[in-house]
Amino acid sequence: MSLRGVAKTFASGTQALDGLDLDVRPGEFVSLLGPSGCGKSTALRLIAGLSEPTAGNITWGDSVAAASAAHEIGFVFQEPTLMPWTTVARNVDLPLRLGGTSASDAAPRVAAALDRVGLAAFRDAFPRELSGGMKMRVSIARALVTDPDLLLMDEPFAALDEITRFKLNNDLLDLWRALRKTVVFVTHSVFESVYLSHRIVVMTPRPGRVFRELVVDAPYPRQESFRTSAEYAAYCRLTSEALSAATGGNP
Amino acid sequence: MSAPEPRGREERALRFVLPVATLALAVAIWHAVVTINALPPYVLPGPALVARTLIDDWGILSDSLIATLITTFEGFALAVVGGIGLAVVFNLSRLVEYSFYPFAVILQVTPVLAIAPLLLIYLPQQGAVLACAWIVAFFPVLANTTLGLNSVDHNLSDLYRLYGASRGQVLLYLKLPSALPNMLAGIRIAGGLSLVGAVVAEIAAGSAGAGSGLAYRIAESGYRLNIPRMFAALILLSVAGIVIYFALAGLSHLLLRRWHESAVQRER
Repeated sequence: MSLRGVAKTFASGTQALDGLDLDVRPGEFVSLLGPSGCGKSTALRLIAGLSEPTAGNITWGDSVAAASAAHEIGFVFQEPTLMPWTTVARNVDLPLRLGGTSASDAAPRVAAALDRVGLAAFRDAFPRELSGGMKMRVSIARALVTDPDLLLMDEPFAALDEITRFKLNNDLLDLWRALRKTVVFVTHSVFESVYLSHRIVVMTPRPGRVFRELVVDAPYPRQESFRTSAEYAAYCRLTSEALSAATGGNP
Repeated sequence: MSAPEPRGREERALRFVLPVATLALAVAIWHAVVTINALPPYVLPGPALVARTLIDDWGILSDSLIATLITTFEGFALAVVGGIGLAVVFNLSRLVEYSFYPFAVILQVTPVLAIAPLLLIYLPQQGAVLACAWIVAFFPVLANTTLGLNSVDHNLSDLYRLYGASRGQVLLYLKLPSALPNMLAGIRIAGGLSLVGAVVAEIAAGSAGAGSGLAYRIAESGYRLNIPRMFAALILLSVAGIVIYFALAGLSHLLLRRWHESAVQRER
């Protein structure tokens, strides 16, 4: 999938993106890193087809996408975005139900998705009975239930405490390795982006465009030992420098 | 939920005992004022006489109660269906909303007591009473449901869009459930108001002398200086209002207790 010269200007006149070029290869884990207001969430919404670019185009493989709905996409929002009035299982079932999958076909897929995020025992719980981290897991299970090729994640762990975030980072990497999805991950955390990604795309704010790309050439599986390695620290320094250069020296 | 703490139980007992004690005190004072001043029943009947009238006239009063309750429930049901239905239509079409919402407001702000006599001219009496109950009760349902339908979480709407949900699916699976707490708040208000509407219309019709509801009974007893029966009918209306309120509060609690903050008890 690639974006060429993508621009987005809102009706208010705010120029969120201008001339954004981005390539994502199948199976890759790419992070979009930048300060808030650099249009990284907007870029994700454009890829998801939730919003139309004012210029440029987004292509999938070799065909220009008219509607990206044809492509299987899973989206994880910054908040868990669960329906509070129904159970965990019904929440995860939603994409299947909207797509017209019959209840009997959906049930095993919902169970499998919940199992994958370690919440099989909570299928009949209501969202309000879960902790913040568990709600996010439900949200991830919902994104995975349609077995999408591409997973778009918009600062999914930003609101969680550090212990939970580290745990979910590891679980996400495990899922990604097991399921071989392409992931585009938006974050404003240098440490998170280095820990997770193949490639970090550092963006400039107002208007958003790519400032620099960094490849994190550390092998997977990455575990807690990677977090404390000198290699990790070096990548973090490099990324931090790129980020502060992108924001004009005052991050 | 866990067993209630002693303090919680005590507080709940107080919330029941105190209003009952206040009521008992008020009745005692009422009784004392009537007895000490030797007031004749056509000026102010004592509580005992009102209670006896309630029993003696039960035949007439219960018929009237049923008549009023039927009107109230019909008005209420129409208000709920009409309020939710209009809110859904308004939500689906902005043009319809802009065209008609102002008139819903006008209907609401015009005192129903002033509309009732006109309705009585053009509609058969039963129809006019029902129309009054509907007019006062539908607006809170409409306004609250509209608010609820417009307050859907933006991310959830995006999610539905992402998965290509149809408008029907969005309405059925997303908008209506998320509007449910607001809808129920409107319905609770409508319950009390439909009784008010029915009473207002009956009073307005009372002078025409063809009604049979409790409010008609109050008007009629007034002409005959049958003050104890006026009080007895008033008490029945009051009780009907209380029962409607608690029934709807219970329904609301039942529907929301698993998920909505307003109905979930927190452990402290």
